[in-house]
Amino acid sequence: MYWEQEIETMPREKFLEVQLAHLKGSVKKASASPFYNRLFQEIGFDPESIDSLDDLRKIPLTTKDDLRENWPYGFLAVPRDELIRMHSSSGTTGRATVIFHTANDINEWTNIVARSMYMTGMRKGDVFQNMMTYGLFTGGLGFHYGAEKLGALTIPAGSGNSKRQIQLIRDFGTTTIHIIPSYALHLYTVFEELGIDPKRDTELKRAFLGGEPHSERTRKKVEELYGIKAFNSYGLSEMNGPGVSFECPYQNGMHLWEDNYIVEIIDPVTTEPVPEGEEGEMVLTTLLRDGMPILRYRTKDITRIIPGPCECGRVHRRIERIKGRTDDMLIIKGVNMYPIQIEKKLMEIPGVGTNYLIILEREGYNDNMIVKAEVEKEFFSGNLKQLENLRRRITEELKSDILITPKVELVEPSSLPRSEGKAVRVIDKRED
Amino acid sequence: MSSYQISIFAENKPGRLAKVTGILGREKINIRAITISSSDAFGVINILADDPERAKKALTKEGLTVSLKAVVAVVIEDKPGGLDKLIQVLSENEINVENAYGFVLESWEKAVFVVDVDQMEKTQDLLERAGFETLDADTLAAVEPFHYMKY
Repeated sequence: MYWEQEIETMPREKFLEVQLAHLKGSVKKASASPFYNRLFQEIGFDPESIDSLDDLRKIPLTTKDDLRENWPYGFLAVPRDELIRMHSSSGTTGRATVIFHTANDINEWTNIVARSMYMTGMRKGDVFQNMMTYGLFTGGLGFHYGAEKLGALTIPAGSGNSKRQIQLIRDFGTTTIHIIPSYALHLYTVFEELGIDPKRDTELKRAFLGGEPHSERTRKKVEELYGIKAFNSYGLSEMNGPGVSFECPYQNGMHLWEDNYIVEIIDPVTTEPVPEGEEGEMVLTTLLRDGMPILRYRTKDITRIIPGPCECGRVHRRIERIKGRTDDMLIIKGVNMYPIQIEKKLMEIPGVGTNYLIILEREGYNDNMIVKAEVEKEFFSGNLKQLENLRRRITEELKSDILITPKVELVEPSSLPRSEGKAVRVIDKRED
Repeated sequence: MSSYQISIFAENKPGRLAKVTGILGREKINIRAITISSSDAFGVINILADDPERAKKALTKEGLTVSLKAVVAVVIEDKPGGLDKLIQVLSENEINVENAYGFVLESWEKAVFVVDVDQMEKTQDLLERAGFETLDADTLAAVEPFHYMKY
């Protein structure tokens, strides 16, 4: 029932001692990095002075901007030749954030991914099909390594190509899939087209849903359509990736592996901690990462800690399904993006006016992004072909930047609604 | 001689054309010919009118995005093969037609074919040499379409 019974189920007081020991180690390790070394000196903080978990709060919060400004090696706490892997966050403003891992970091990360999967009932003998993009995105390799460690036959299917996915599921008796929830819903329509009933004609037992926030309704829908259990998964590349937090069979919140991370929930405005059980921004600290320890990282994800123990007996507390983001990041088909990215690209293209609007719609089970861009008055020469070329250029440039093909519509100058104060740039019509 | 066509950038939705015709009607500008080419969510309304300058001013004032575009208005015979005679000349000289439309001036006598081409000057020269009559803005404004003559 447990991958590591002791660390998963030890009494809370004893567990907190383990956590404190890990924290002391992590702060000490972090002080070897140029960023934290400088920071600790600036605030007069002694990395040896952590005596309690509360002492963590003496250290200022770390933000994504800090990661960017110290790109690429400013957070490294080990010599570069200790590193064996890098990952990078998906579609971000400006420079991507890069995370480096030592061999030991990969082992620790792999272990918590395996622990997460094991928790849901996956075992040696299961066949695991990973339908996530492999590459810089952590959802591919992160799950892959975890599944292999667990001992499951692992099919690195990658994303897309629905017919092949279904073929693989059928040919090799896939029992477990890792999939983006919106894609799971789409894939079902392909099952239907092929006249294959996943309930009757496959061995599927469970799905790990990750890559994008989704509602309880979407989960239920996936479970009903496929006749399986669907488990919510949370992670972010700055904290390794998948495996940070995962649902157990009780499916009531995600256990956050507190031997690997310290979780705090803060008020995003005052940055003060909120009372346990209240909603706020999640802040995470790595405890077992050697290559690139990050202390008190602002995830910008809004959630709360579910008070009280879980029936499964694990000592690791649970967080609730992510409610949203503190900023305006958009997640479309599992890809993160900011309206500002689109703005930046649009403004580089001659002929595009100053105002634009992003509309997100759900068509069937697919997310669509419509970008309405005003044409510059002077640009118009009465030629439809010229407009079409402009539209094509915008589509191509956005696609290469955000990796999603938007539907671009050119609109008349000054025709988009202008609001006072902060412009409404995004209209999200997706229901979940 | 070249003539001027009023091109209006418009989103492809109800009311856009009505706005244009409303303004032109109020300004007593006569429309000789009109075509609309659209590409999904947006399009271009092309209008040949008796007073393109004034039309442009009126439409721009109402916030529309307008451009005056030089086109060649060629007088052709309104009979079978009339258009073909013109198009064969353009084709032989490798002139590419971007957009075109026509209207009848005098039934079974004369029609006007308006072409938007990639090589304006060359086209005008060779049409002249081939003996075609082309209309400029003023002569176009002055022509009386057939129904005025008949009634």
